[in-house]
Formats: sequence, C-alpha cells, structure tokens
Amino acid sequence: MQPITRIHSRTAVLSDENIDTDRIIPARFLTTTTREGLGRLCFHDWRYLPEGGDNPAFPLNKPEAKGCAIVVAGRNFGCGSSREHAPWALLDFGLRAVLCSEIADIFRNNALKNGLLAIVIDEAEHRWLLEHPGIELAIDVAGQYVELPDGGRIGFRLEPFARHCLLHGVDQLGFLRQHEDAIAAFEARFERAA
Amino acid sequence: MSGPRTLFDKLWDAHLVAPESADTPAILYIDLHLVHEVTSPQAFDELRARGLSVRRPERTLATLDHSTPTLPPGPDGERPYASAEAKAQVAQLEANCRAFGIELHGWDSAERGIVHVIGPELGATQPGMTIVCGDSHTSTHGAFGALAFGIGTTEVGHVLATQCLLQRKPRTLAIHVDGALPPGVGAKDLILHIIGRIGVDGGTGHVIEYRGAAIEALSMEERMTVCNMSIEAGARAGLIAPDETTFAWLKGRPRAPQGAAWERAVARWRALRADEGARYDREVRIDAREVRPTVTYGTHPGMAIAIDAPVPAARNLPERRALDYMKSEAGKPMQGTPVDVVFVGSCTNSRLPDLREAAAVLRGRRVAEGVRMLVVPGSEAVRRAAEAEGLHEVFRAAGAEWRVPGCSMCIAMNGDLAQPGQLVVSTSNRNFEGRQGKGARTVLASPATAAASAVAGRIADPREFLAEAAA
Repeated sequence: MQPITRIHSRTAVLSDENIDTDRIIPARFLTTTTREGLGRLCFHDWRYLPEGGDNPAFPLNKPEAKGCAIVVAGRNFGCGSSREHAPWALLDFGLRAVLCSEIADIFRNNALKNGLLAIVIDEAEHRWLLEHPGIELAIDVAGQYVELPDGGRIGFRLEPFARHCLLHGVDQLGFLRQHEDAIAAFEARFERAA
Repeated sequence: MSGPRTLFDKLWDAHLVAPESADTPAILYIDLHLVHEVTSPQAFDELRARGLSVRRPERTLATLDHSTPTLPPGPDGERPYASAEAKAQVAQLEANCRAFGIELHGWDSAERGIVHVIGPELGATQPGMTIVCGDSHTSTHGAFGALAFGIGTTEVGHVLATQCLLQRKPRTLAIHVDGALPPGVGAKDLILHIIGRIGVDGGTGHVIEYRGAAIEALSMEERMTVCNMSIEAGARAGLIAPDETTFAWLKGRPRAPQGAAWERAVARWRALRADEGARYDREVRIDAREVRPTVTYGTHPGMAIAIDAPVPAARNLPERRALDYMKSEAGKPMQGTPVDVVFVGSCTNSRLPDLREAAAVLRGRRVAEGVRMLVVPGSEAVRRAAEAEGLHEVFRAAGAEWRVPGCSMCIAMNGDLAQPGQLVVSTSNRNFEGRQGKGARTVLASPATAAASAVAGRIADPREFLAEAAA
C-alpha cells in the first residue's frame, strides 16, 4: 500500500443514514474473483436508472459532485455485509475518504486496510459538513485533523496502528509474519492444554 | 487485573498471542477459519503472489454456498449457475482448496451447506473457540460460546497465512432477556424485537452477551438464530454461555472430541461463563413476555415491530424514503399486507426445527394463489433429515418449491430472486433495498410467520394457524 499522509478534495454528501454495503455494491456483482474494476458497479442500483443511464437523483451524479474524493455520509455508513468489495469499489470509483459520525466496524477495518480513510468525527461537526456540501477540505492523517477552508480544524482519532500503517504504507501481513515465533509458541502451549 | 471476567474476556484472554499496546492491536489466535467462494479468491491470490502456504489447513474448512444454484443439475448433468462468473468462482475455490490442502465440502460432499449451518453440524464449532469467516453472519457460532466474527478478504489472507488477526479489544454489551417467550413466539421474533429496541447500530463496537432465563430456555438452533443477527445490530459478535443444552447438542458430532477427550472438553467448557460480578460496558434488559410475532416494515433490520402494531411515522427523510420504498403505511400494521413471495431459508432460519415450524403451519394447507414459496434447507444434512420425516412432501403438497441447500434468496446472487416491486416475506436476516433482487421489498419474519403469510397471501399472525392446527 502507498503511504497516505494528506488528501485534499471538495466534499460530496450522501446524507442517507445506514448506507449498507449491499447499496455500495449489490450482491449479484460479487461473483468476481478479482478486486479490480469494481468502480463502475459502485452504488449501481442507486446511481443508474432501471432503464439505463445516470440517475439524476443520485447525489454523486450531480455535476458539482464530480471529482470529489471525500464523501460525508449519514451515520452508520457501511453496515451489513463484510464484503471488502465495498471499499474496493469506492476506491476504484475515485473516493479516498468517508467522513461520518459512526461507521460500521467491519467496513471501517476493511476500508483502512485498503487506504480508504474511514474517519469518525463528532456529531455536531458531522451535521455541519452534511449541511455544507462542496467545501474544500484537507485531511491530515499524521495530525489527525480535517482542515476547513477558513483554517479551522476538526479533530479525529484513528486507531494508532491503522494510522501508522497508512502513513508508512506498512504491510500488515508482513507485520504479522514477523511474529512467527510467538505464534508457534502460543500453538505449542495451547495444544498441550487441549 | 484478574477481577471477575465476562465470557468475552475469558475467550479473548485465552487467545492472545500478544496483548494489545497503545501502538499495536492484539494478535489474536484463530482456532477455526471457515471459507466460502465469494470472499476468498483474492485472499488465495495474495498468498500465491507472496509464495505463502496456508499455515494450518486442518483449522480451515471450506464450503460452497453463496453462488451455488439451488436447482439440481439438468438432464445434461450441468448445474444451472446464474452466470459463467458464478461457475468460475466455485471452480476457483475447488482449485484453491486442492492447491492449499484445505478440506472442502463441495458438490460431492454429503455435508455441503451454508457455512454457518455446517460448522456446528460437523461439531467443528465448539465452545471456547475463536472462529472467523469472510462473512458477517459468522456471529452465528457465538451460540456455542465461541468468539466468532466476520472479517474482510484482506483478513482472510492474514488468517490463511498466519492463523492470526490484529484486533483491538471491543467493548461488551450484556442483553438480559428475562421471563419466557409467549406461545407461538420464537427466537426470530425475539432478535428482531431486540434490534428494534437497540437499533441497527446499537451494538457497534461491542460484543453482545445474551443472558437470562429466556436465553437459557432456547434450543441450540434458536440460539444460533439470535446470535446470527447480532451483526444486524452492528455488533460483530454475539455470545451465549455454553450449558447442558450445548453439550448435549454437540456430543457425538464428527469433529467433536470423543471419549475421554470429550469429558475433559466439557469440564473446560463449564468454566465458560461470566463470573459473578463481571462488569459490562453497557447493559440492556428485555422482557421476553412482551415479545409478539415481529416483522420489519422498513429497509434495515432495526425497523422492526410487532406484526399487529401500527407502523411508526417517519421521523426524518431516510425513514420516509424507507417507508416509500416498502410501500408501508404509517399508522397501519404490517399484518394484512399482500405478499408475492415467501422465502424460508438462510443461515438465520434453515435448520431442521425452522423447517418443522414452517411445515406445522403448511400441513394440510395450500400456499395462496399467486404466491411463490421457496423452501431452501441449510445443508445436505438438514435436507436428508427433513426428507426422512416427510417435510419436503408437506412443502410440495402445499405448492412450495423444495430446493437444494444454499444461501439462495437471502443474498440473491445465485439467480434466486424477487422481481422489482414484489413483496417477500423472508426468514433471512437483511431487508436492505434490493437485497433480494433489484427493487424487491423484504419483510423479515420467523418461519411460522412466513408460512402463515404464504397460506394467507397476506402477512399473517402464525398464532391463529397454530391454534387451529392444535385444535
């Protein structure tokens, strides 16, 4: 994974609460065996009209949302299925960060492991961002703050190891494999006890 | 440090390869890794790219369930896959299991089935274990007092390669269910009632421990139904302390310990309960006597109410959208809503007692004109047991379709799906927009409510049918 220190973008808003991973990528597309190319399927049944063509009511189809890499989403984004296809699809669609007052556990883990910044902020600031789409933000991973156009800051807290991995592009599987001796010792102890 | 501990604390502590620190998560050892075709191919590719093997293939168990057709092979011997991709995905898991030495319950296995049905059936799921799968309904296995949770595909790769996960310790939420469930009200009604109370995100960041007299009175299948839907309240895992019900259910299963090893295991498992005075981060009390047959009326499982209670008015725009999508009317109960499709199946409700519950309502009755009903057993073992007692004949005589085991219309990725606008009364776990087919409207319910609704052609209270059957 490439290190991520700071990203800049205008925001787009998906104000619905409880946007589940089936909405992010419908289950019928999960027969894929790769992680590439899922952006065209992202939000598929919301983004396109049943008869084909873009749904003008889908917020990210609006002209002012084009090119936005930061989404401010309604609370409990990413609930439901554990499919990692959801962050894969969002990243391939062009998103780099989701700001929300609450993010579902499995989705948040999956997102951070893929370099999609799933960031939880306070409710009042979340509400303000929901009400003000299209503002320029910078997200600073090292400093753990979102910078507003007027220089104001919204703090957030990433799990320290996830933050470290984002900043340094750490390979988590490689990190786990460095603990081989401890794993083997645990197994020896554990299997004796059984 | 060693004060009274919760059940979760005991499971967590017993699996720490390395404890968490301020800088790093804990390294948690995984006893059992369940694998299916949808969330594993990219993880096996990762291993291949790094030249790694599966560290403990004997702690890994695979099955085919999500992309698999539930109709038998045609005259040409070909299985009716929904697409070439689905077929290729299944073939890829078969090839990966061969290449990495993993036991696969594939098409030729007499034990194939939904991953969360066969783990317990085989006795692979045991109290005290840590169990993961690239599937959010892994919480099901918590019914046995195992710490079981869903993971993403990157983490599937971590477990395949190292048998470990990097995890922060979650918080704990105790849900005490006092009293006894009324007649005609079951585990599905209870868990929908609970999620309706605490909300679709009420368990986020927490592991739930279900406790109290009503929980202790549940069968293992009912406990699995409850724990299965923990994720629908946002909790990654749900736990029930193992007891005599658990031990009796597991004894003699193929992968359960045998002989003296069984006695030793049971002695160990008896310690798997919260200590007196153990503290939880949060506690919720539910009175089982208040639970009625419960259904959903919106587009997430937290939008659940008693079948005869009025649909609440929308409090905000998303709720209004959910009611519009469902065509649910505020102020009117869900009971009486016309039904197009009924689905009995899924890792929530596809076990033998679930099928018996549906059959008890259907016996001697017919599925209403114009209603399509699918009954999909959770595993080959469930299918055999159901057929041995003639349940398939009850379903067929009523006009329902009796299918081959799989996830089927719960996730609707194998071609089993509803048409846009159709209303499905479903024993599955998710009523998200489009979950059972683009534009399909899902009402979650118990097997008894599903069967009663199939007969009535409208959402119906099963207690009326069961009383009639008993009379």
